[in-house]
Amino acid sequence: MADLNLTLKIWRQDGPTEPGGFKTYDISDLNTHMSFLEMLDVLNENLVNSGDEPVAFDHDCREGICGMCSMVINGRPHGPLEGTTTCQLHMRHFNDGDTVTIEPWRAKPFPVLKDLIVDRTPFDRIIQAGGFVSVNTGSAPDGNAIPIGKDISDDAFDAAACIGCGACVAACKNASANLFTAAKISQLALLPQGQTERVERVIGMVKQMDEEGFGHCTNTGACEAECPKEISVDYIRKMNWEFHSANVKG
Amino acid sequence: MLESKIPQGPLADKWTHYKSKVPLVSPANKRRLDIIVIGTGLAGASAASSLAEMGYNVKTFCFQDSPRRAHSIAAQGGINAAKNYQNDGDSVYRLFYDTIKGGDYRSRESNVHRLAEVSSSIIDQCVAQGVPFAREYGGTLDNRSFGGVQVSRTFYARGQTGQQLLLGAYSALSRQIAKGGVKMYNRHEMLDIVKIDGKARGVIVRDLMTGKYERHFGHAVVLATGGYGNVFYLSTNAMASNVTAIWKAHKKGAMFGNPCFTQIHPTCIPVSGDYQSKLTLMSESLRNDGRIWVPKKKGDDRQPRDIPEDERDYYLERRYPAFGNLVPRDVASRAAKERCDEGFGVGPTKLAVYLDFKDAIKRLGQDVVSARYGNLFEMYEKITGDNPYSTPMRIYPAVHYTMGGLWVDYNLMTTVPGLYAIGECNFSDHGANRLGASALMQGLADGYFVLPYTIGEYLSNDIRTPAISTDHEAFEKAEKESKNRNDRLLNNNGSRSVESFHRDLGHIMWDNCGMARNIAGLTKAIGEIQSLKKEFWDKVRVPGRDNVLNPELEKAGRVADFIELGELMVRDALDRSESCGGHFREESQTDEGEAKRDDENFTFASAWDYQGEGTDPVRNKEKLEFEAVQLTQRSYK
Amino acid sequence: MNSYFSSTLFRKTLAALSGLFLVIFLIGHLIGNLQLILLSGEAAQKQFNEYALFMTTNPAVKILSIVTYTSIILHILLTIILVLQSKQARPIGYAVEGGGENSAWASRNMALLGSLLLVFIILHMKSFWYEMHWGAIGNDPSGNKDLYTVTVVAFQNIWYTAFYVFSMIILGFHLSHGIGSGFQTIGLKTRKYLEPIEKTAILFSILIPSAFASIPIILYLQSL
Ligand SMILES: Cc1cc2nc3c(=O)[nH]c(=O)nc-3n(C[C@H](O)[C@H](O)[C@H](O)COP(=O)(O)OP(=O)(O)OC[C@H]3O[C@@H](n4cnc5c(N)ncnc54)[C@H](O)[C@@H]3O)c2cc1C
Ligand code: HEM
Ligand code: FES
Repeated sequence: MADLNLTLKIWRQDGPTEPGGFKTYDISDLNTHMSFLEMLDVLNENLVNSGDEPVAFDHDCREGICGMCSMVINGRPHGPLEGTTTCQLHMRHFNDGDTVTIEPWRAKPFPVLKDLIVDRTPFDRIIQAGGFVSVNTGSAPDGNAIPIGKDISDDAFDAAACIGCGACVAACKNASANLFTAAKISQLALLPQGQTERVERVIGMVKQMDEEGFGHCTNTGACEAECPKEISVDYIRKMNWEFHSANVKG
Repeated sequence: MLESKIPQGPLADKWTHYKSKVPLVSPANKRRLDIIVIGTGLAGASAASSLAEMGYNVKTFCFQDSPRRAHSIAAQGGINAAKNYQNDGDSVYRLFYDTIKGGDYRSRESNVHRLAEVSSSIIDQCVAQGVPFAREYGGTLDNRSFGGVQVSRTFYARGQTGQQLLLGAYSALSRQIAKGGVKMYNRHEMLDIVKIDGKARGVIVRDLMTGKYERHFGHAVVLATGGYGNVFYLSTNAMASNVTAIWKAHKKGAMFGNPCFTQIHPTCIPVSGDYQSKLTLMSESLRNDGRIWVPKKKGDDRQPRDIPEDERDYYLERRYPAFGNLVPRDVASRAAKERCDEGFGVGPTKLAVYLDFKDAIKRLGQDVVSARYGNLFEMYEKITGDNPYSTPMRIYPAVHYTMGGLWVDYNLMTTVPGLYAIGECNFSDHGANRLGASALMQGLADGYFVLPYTIGEYLSNDIRTPAISTDHEAFEKAEKESKNRNDRLLNNNGSRSVESFHRDLGHIMWDNCGMARNIAGLTKAIGEIQSLKKEFWDKVRVPGRDNVLNPELEKAGRVADFIELGELMVRDALDRSESCGGHFREESQTDEGEAKRDDENFTFASAWDYQGEGTDPVRNKEKLEFEAVQLTQRSYK
Repeated sequence: MNSYFSSTLFRKTLAALSGLFLVIFLIGHLIGNLQLILLSGEAAQKQFNEYALFMTTNPAVKILSIVTYTSIILHILLTIILVLQSKQARPIGYAVEGGGENSAWASRNMALLGSLLLVFIILHMKSFWYEMHWGAIGNDPSGNKDLYTVTVVAFQNIWYTAFYVFSMIILGFHLSHGIGSGFQTIGLKTRKYLEPIEKTAILFSILIPSAFASIPIILYLQSL
């Protein structure tokens, strides 16, 4: 439980239209078993006690599943550890005396709302553009009526594991939302339930993705590398197929 | 006064009869009816989307940045349904019976039976939405077993069942948002309900981004705001889970049912220090293969692997040979506490027991164990830095779920007409203890299959009510109250952080109203909470302003409500001098230290009625009648 | 349909198809160029100049060359549009760039690499293509335009040779990401073929530019 002292450089910004900038804070005597967000809690309690405004950041479950937490730590979305959200990153991965730079997700469609909090509603709108199966409550057949092979269902699951945090966008040099969009499209394209609306879904979702102003995909693979759920870029390949065949079929 | 509105007739037919008799609202009228749904967890999202599909105008609110982030997302283990796909003798009756028994006979038979009846449709609905449940090689749905039952009826999606179910409900909700049937308000927090002529007619919400107060009218208001386990400060709940919505409703006349019934989950990662902000659950499924033990010698400081087999006490297997490590949660939690209190605990804090996979790895091989629990092991290692394949996990019980909540009748309506409560925030179908994988079932049952019918009974009488203007004085007054309270918090100029009050409250609750409760502790706790409340309003410091995003202000409001709730929970715990389910009164136990129910005096659900600031609340009783089951002492021996 | 053609996915796929076609073109171009060094002296001169004549007059080759020009133009146009569009998607950058930890350098610098290639292509065309078509170029003993000599003379210059070699290194980097990426974009890099495609792509991105570069190096050395 060695003690840890850090210098934090944190992006502070009062509101969407206000200018922002980095502020530097020293923080000492941290316990290495703390999570990164608990470290920020300590900072914030210090700030409140000294009459300052605490650093605003999104977080909720602190278990790596809700997708709320979202910060770029030393240039890496969710920090240095692979397959890990910020809330699951622990301070034992930092060294005494380190300087840690913390920035919000950077993308035009994700404007900063305050400090490290950004607006991710474009993701909701992409799902609204077709990321569902149109089945009204009560009209479903028996769950076992359509057998689905384990491999297909596992593949669909791998895509469905997305937590919608936006690290893919944050990591991508083009701020592309291809991985997020592709994951949902692929999940539903793989499953028999998703077949009926396959064409409209991919066309609608891709259109929305473009309209939100996300960049295109250069296949750098940064999204997969930084995705806390390690979602594969193979779904982007699938989405491309889906998209072209949908448009050709019309 | 408390009318539970249970339909007549034999238990198994009540719901069918009810559905064929409940008054309907015509499509044309539905379009003219506005419904407000607070919360987008399993309960809220499923209700909002179903109601919109039916044609109602729905407005939905959540405080996260997206409806997909509601706390339901975190559920790991699974969801129960009486499908009997495994052909192991499961049935609606058995699911009903297990739930009633698991709840230690403190729930309403008719509701629980209905829950078991609709359970099967939930799975169908979710599969149709594209929820990728685990499957067998042949392509059919897979099941696993969960604590407290002897059949395999739990459907699961790896260790992320809640996530997949919620994303299913979220997709249905998204579809309705796109169609215009639902208007979604993210980052909005409900601060109060508005009552006009005794009926719920709207809400006051604060836009968390701009700090603006907004008024919204609805012919009915549905609360689906989740559990209040965070009253204990540390719990497995998400950081922002809170009681505010139902607490405000309570103060406006909705009675609070069984507030003290709290579930303490036996397998969580132990607290490691003061800075700890939340506790992480390790899925109950681990108990299928892991064995729980402590050293036989007090204060044994050896490494676990150096402790020979005959010096280990597998206390659950010893005490409960029939169920062993799979006893229900409350029993497993108390047994762990008992060992630690006796000084057998392990780890730096001595507040932990071992959950050991050595035998499972020997029996099944590391590959099988890793296929079953790999992601949980990884999560454990991420948090603790220990590798569970080579050293046993350390676990300790933690607050997990609140069975208590707003009292509701068979229609899921609270004691305020037009105000409904669904999901974890109602006093629910789980009695004094919830079985694993039943909360997801209940949330979705309420939202998809129960509320959309039962709300018709109320709304069919309301079709002639035109939309009420939000300029109405009731809205005006409620908004002013909410605003004044926030102004007071911001202008308090105190010296203590909100967090520190929350932490103090947590200690009081955990020490006195946690896994074991007694008259002395509870009595003392009431006084402590009252003085904490006073100190809070004297000394709290809330920085920042009202007209911008201000997480500290949000937290302050929530903690203020938690403090008041804490007092009510303690009162309820004090009032119920029996032990039942998760509520263990030390005064009421058998010679062997097992919980002892007092059916003669306590076969009721408590329903607390708020009487105003400074006046003690009044406890009403809903007498619980059991026709289909016989009350017996639960035994898992 | 309209939104199809303006979608980033459509444009990207066209950029990939044109890019991949250029890779095929490169292979053909390389085979031709190798004739500069496989034979020597007069034989090489004759062979190469006949080849050059064939390349500028054969109707089938004409069609192919039109496809090539179109590909180059499409590729350049589309990639420029995409890159500019995506630049707007991140108006404020990061203070600390962590790209090095999550992606290959070449993949993040395709535009830079491509722009350098563009400079190379222009100069290259000026030196050979322009000369062949409109330049004051002499004839060889067989009466064909003597592009061979133009080339040999050009690579007697150390700077010109160095520039060519440098450009091939740039091409190598462009292809090291480009080939695999192209296959991913057009949907052929499935999980099953992921490894073989990636390995072949890297192999190609080393082989093609090295083979191209070997020619001026050898010509330069021969001139010493
Ligand atoms: C770690 C963990 C694991 C679990 N695992 C399982 C399991 O395996 N099986 C199982 O059956 N159960 C499990 N549970 C329990 C189960 O997840 C919950 O009981 C259930 O998901 C609650 O759903 P809900 O819809 O009632 O509320 P929630 O999902 O908590 O949603 C509450 C919603 O209300 C909104 N809200 C709250 N207050 C306000 C307000 N004032 N204004 C506006 N919006 C508000 C929130 O934004 C949110 O959208 C688990 C719980 C935890 C904590
Ligand atoms: C012989 C010449 C060239 C070849 C063989 C070639 C090949 C390729 C290939 C195969 C790709 C991958 C497409 C994909 O990612 O799907 C690519 C990408 C790219 N090329 Fe070229 N290219 C050449 C010349 C150029 C030139 C002259 C430019 C100048 C502008 C250029 C700019 C780019 C850019 C910017 C990309 C990345 C596009 C993106 O961001 O997705 N290329 N190239
Ligand atoms: S806080 Fe939920 S994923 Fe990090």
